[in-house]
Amino acid sequence: MFDKILIANRGEIACRVIKTARRLGIRTVAVFSDADRGALHVKMADEAVHIGPPPAAQSYIVIDKIMDAIRRTGAQAVHPGYGFLSERRDFAAALEAEGVVFIGPPSSAIEAMGDKITSKKLAAEAGVSTVPGFMGLIEDADHAVRIASEIGYPVMIKASAGGGGKGMRIAWNDSEAREGFQSSRNEAAASFGDDRIFIEKFVTQPRHIEIQVLADKHGNCVYLHERECSLQRRNQKVIEEAPSPFLDAATRKAMGEQACALARAVGYTSAGTVEFIVDGSRNFYFLEMNTRLQVEHPVTELITGIDLVEQMIRVAAGEPLPFRQEDLTINGWALESRLYAEDPYRNFLPSTGRLTRYRPPAEGPTPRGGIVRNDTGVTEGGEISMYYDPMIAKLCTWGPDRAAAIEEMRLALDTFEVEGIGHNLPFVAAVMDHPRFVAGAMTTAFIAEEYPDGFQGATLPEPMLRRVAAAAAAMNRVAEIRRTRISGTMDNHQRRVGDDWVVTAGGHDYVVRIAADRDGATVAFADGTALRVASDWTPGQPLARLMVDGAPLVMKVAKISHGFRVRLRGADLKVHVRTPRQAALAKLMLEKAPPDTSKFLLCPMPGLLVRLAVEVGQEVQEGQALATVEAMKMENILKAERRAVVKAIRAQPGASLRVDDVIMEFE
Amino acid sequence: MKDILQELEDRRAAARLGGGQRRIDAQHAKGKLTARERIELLLDEGSFEEFDMFVRHRCTDFGMEQDRPAGDGVVTGWGTINGRQVYVFSQDFTVFGGSLSETHAQKICKIMDMAVQNGAPVIGINDSGGARIQEGVASLAGYAEVFQRNIMASGVVPQISLIMGPCAGGAVYSPAMTDFIFMVKDTSYMFVTGPDVVKTVTNEVVTAEELGGASTHTKKSSVADGAFENDVELLAETRRLFDFLPLNNRGKPPVRPFYDDPARIEPSLDTLVPENPNQPYDMKELILKVADEGDFFEIQKDHAGNIITGFIRLEGQTVGVVANQPMVLAGCLDIDASRKAARFVRFCDAFEIPILTFVDVPGFLPGTEQEYRGIIKHGAKLLFAYGEATVPKVTVMTRKTYGGAYVVMSSKHLRGDFSYAWPSAEVAVMGAKGAVEILYRSELGDPAKIAARVKDYEDRFANPFVAAERGFIDEVIMPHSTRRRVCRAFASLRHKKLSNPWKKHDNIPL
Repeated sequence: MFDKILIANRGEIACRVIKTARRLGIRTVAVFSDADRGALHVKMADEAVHIGPPPAAQSYIVIDKIMDAIRRTGAQAVHPGYGFLSERRDFAAALEAEGVVFIGPPSSAIEAMGDKITSKKLAAEAGVSTVPGFMGLIEDADHAVRIASEIGYPVMIKASAGGGGKGMRIAWNDSEAREGFQSSRNEAAASFGDDRIFIEKFVTQPRHIEIQVLADKHGNCVYLHERECSLQRRNQKVIEEAPSPFLDAATRKAMGEQACALARAVGYTSAGTVEFIVDGSRNFYFLEMNTRLQVEHPVTELITGIDLVEQMIRVAAGEPLPFRQEDLTINGWALESRLYAEDPYRNFLPSTGRLTRYRPPAEGPTPRGGIVRNDTGVTEGGEISMYYDPMIAKLCTWGPDRAAAIEEMRLALDTFEVEGIGHNLPFVAAVMDHPRFVAGAMTTAFIAEEYPDGFQGATLPEPMLRRVAAAAAAMNRVAEIRRTRISGTMDNHQRRVGDDWVVTAGGHDYVVRIAADRDGATVAFADGTALRVASDWTPGQPLARLMVDGAPLVMKVAKISHGFRVRLRGADLKVHVRTPRQAALAKLMLEKAPPDTSKFLLCPMPGLLVRLAVEVGQEVQEGQALATVEAMKMENILKAERRAVVKAIRAQPGASLRVDDVIMEFE
Repeated sequence: MKDILQELEDRRAAARLGGGQRRIDAQHAKGKLTARERIELLLDEGSFEEFDMFVRHRCTDFGMEQDRPAGDGVVTGWGTINGRQVYVFSQDFTVFGGSLSETHAQKICKIMDMAVQNGAPVIGINDSGGARIQEGVASLAGYAEVFQRNIMASGVVPQISLIMGPCAGGAVYSPAMTDFIFMVKDTSYMFVTGPDVVKTVTNEVVTAEELGGASTHTKKSSVADGAFENDVELLAETRRLFDFLPLNNRGKPPVRPFYDDPARIEPSLDTLVPENPNQPYDMKELILKVADEGDFFEIQKDHAGNIITGFIRLEGQTVGVVANQPMVLAGCLDIDASRKAARFVRFCDAFEIPILTFVDVPGFLPGTEQEYRGIIKHGAKLLFAYGEATVPKVTVMTRKTYGGAYVVMSSKHLRGDFSYAWPSAEVAVMGAKGAVEILYRSELGDPAKIAARVKDYEDRFANPFVAAERGFIDEVIMPHSTRRRVCRAFASLRHKKLSNPWKKHDNIPL
């Protein structure tokens, strides 16, 4: 076994590897750029080596700098994490040349799987199912029909030169294939002057399911079952789980065996992942093989109990795998939510800046028998920098079954406090309550189909609103009683806090009466029902943990006039708690329409207005550059969202702007 | 007997109806509450004790003798806010447009006199078309009586003005002399002369909202200290502010139970100041992380953003906070910032509220615009205010504290009780570059030499230790323990006694 390893990475994955190495008694070396001087992985490692300026191209992916750090520290092996140098054949080769062990596959395997066409060819040769298709030239309609029926319907008929949907047809039977071929060819000829056509299998209701493999240097190879990663936004995975709610045992076994066959075929060692696309009938087709540790590996660890990083290190050190395929069972269910610094309310724009508050939920066993795990590389007061991946954390939960794992995730997300930057936590939380997700009926198009207009926050179902209302009423009572205990009150004429309240939340008015006792409060509703609320919340705590009728309720709360701003389950709402008289008077207030911002160019981030690209009276087209705002040394070009005429310029170059400051006005 | 009791009930009912249901409905249609409804929301439920419900005007001109509603357009009395006494008047727009008559003014004066005598604050709710024209000079005299009482009450009991409708002409000068003015967005305005007169005299066309709306007065003129969405929110927030204020200048600021550890450690503050000295950071984060329960009532939030003023609690007790804001104009002091902070400091000192100052100030804002407008006199206001203040003063320097601005910002030299500095603090006569350019003028042609000089100056002076060696800084503290250190500092000053020499009053450069 090694005495010292270097982790050629940063952020959560560097921290993740260091944790396992430390448990195995191996000393660790971190590398860091200028931007990561105070980063968590640097603090956690036994040694740290500075490798250059913030951009990865000048630090983390410069092979010479990593090699230099290895020489200086005497590390015997290198774990590359994911991204950066993890799938660079020349890095593995450079290490091999220096006699340093690469904790990953041999460079030949990286090379073989690195090219999409080669890897597909190798996969087909190894007996792995690939997307059937005919890459040759198709002569005529009869030929097309023959090939289509060989492939099996549905098929996609595509123009070789195609793009933008032109010259593309989906055919479900022979006659559609014949017709589709003709029209595709005509369209292709007309549009591209090139009528070459090819046909491949059309994968319906596609799901992304991948197999984790692990191979040692003694010819053993096992699969650690699958992960489903269908929940993606623009090909970026957002929520992963293991096992897949879609696979049956036979498909799992077939996919696992094919994945191992491919690994063996390329002489693979260490941990790797074979990605498949699976259609609605559980036909699966090879996509690619990732020759590294995957971001989402923790869900596999949670259902198998195997530490993949440990096995990677042991395999690299020449140890044989300590288990065989038949030892590997699936225990329970695990989910992973990737928390990104991307603002869901602003079309997932990356958000950089300071984490003014960062309090993840407690890791480990939960009172309900679940498990929470949070892989992170940041701390409160840290910076989400623009130089790297905007991932804040990978929050995982485990439960004995899928429903339990989802419930653990809901609570963990509600407990997770991240402030200071925009992030996708509300979005992920909303997905956890989405009926289609709960039913396990996702495809890779889930987000595009279910949130076609972006995300505006979740709407709580009425029973949940009622629970929130009861909680807010009980909390408000505590806060109001405290206010009466101020010094300087008139003797014998103190304010008495009443029991009758009206809670307004999510468009509902709940008339309640509170009966408080030593252990909590019973909140009785006008319809005769009641909820029992117990909590140790005190005014000022940003996180309220309550038990409402015996079930946990966790919400982020902030004081507003007559109530709280409450955030939970992806919803962000104002909950007003008023006396009946206050509520009646509040009803007299006019609803003010939010200001129409479509006529303004608002500054999307705090920054310096560097220059204006237009002047008053100018007509601008959709997508035209209007102004440049420098934020964190990055020049962001603000573009027109629609055609308009500039009416007035409200900010001059050199002005430092806040979010939503008006830069210009349109007619 | 029963008839007599009924008579009282009937008279009360009539008085409570003010200008009648039709006008009440009109007030509601504008999204405004009535004078009595506002009092209900401002005070603890059932605590209002009314005075002068049956006062009527005595005007006989212009047929006024035909219309003499009980109360005469203003509701006055006292009640409690969370059990603490307060006097209140609330102008009733449904009665003669809330216009001020001789008797209307007498009602206000009566409760103001009682407030000063009994040591309780006054909250005035303004919703008035102005003087009662029919009463002529008697109405003017009424304003004058109110003004004189505002002046006499100033510094004796806190006075808060809520502008919840029109407040125009001479009427504006009563709120103007109170401690805080809050406005309702879209439904309130204040100006000396209205848009019509403005048009006649200057040909300037302007709407009432542009001329004197909440946005104008909170952002541009700084006449108002805050604005809120509607009547309900304004009244709720006034209750919140009231809980920070002492009842009078003879007592201590209020204390209430708190649920926050005075020794709470905030590790994230260790990274608040960025490594790049030219990169801004949000000083509000420091205020919120030091305050009890993160509760901060900001005063003049929308004006002179380069300085932050407002109230927090430490160990349950009110503390006034003044802080430079590096996010705006690098946190420098200009005329607006100096005036804003000076007035706040003087309010705190008048009412025995300790002052916590966070300093990151590169200096005074240079330029002709500032000099021509008199930054010298305006900057001196803040210097004067800090120097004369005898309340406990604790200062924490987070980063830059240069030149004259260093002295102004509650330095040790101005009788500051505690001067703390973070290790990132730079106490110096000016920034390194500026200093080197003066000290080594002859070397300016040689960038390499100058760079070396700058580096040398930074190494020697860009730290808190030069000042600490001289005792100008009492202690260099870890950012993460700021709350604990500051809480303990104020705790040690609970019995501070300091007085200035006798004088009729000072002559602050106004």
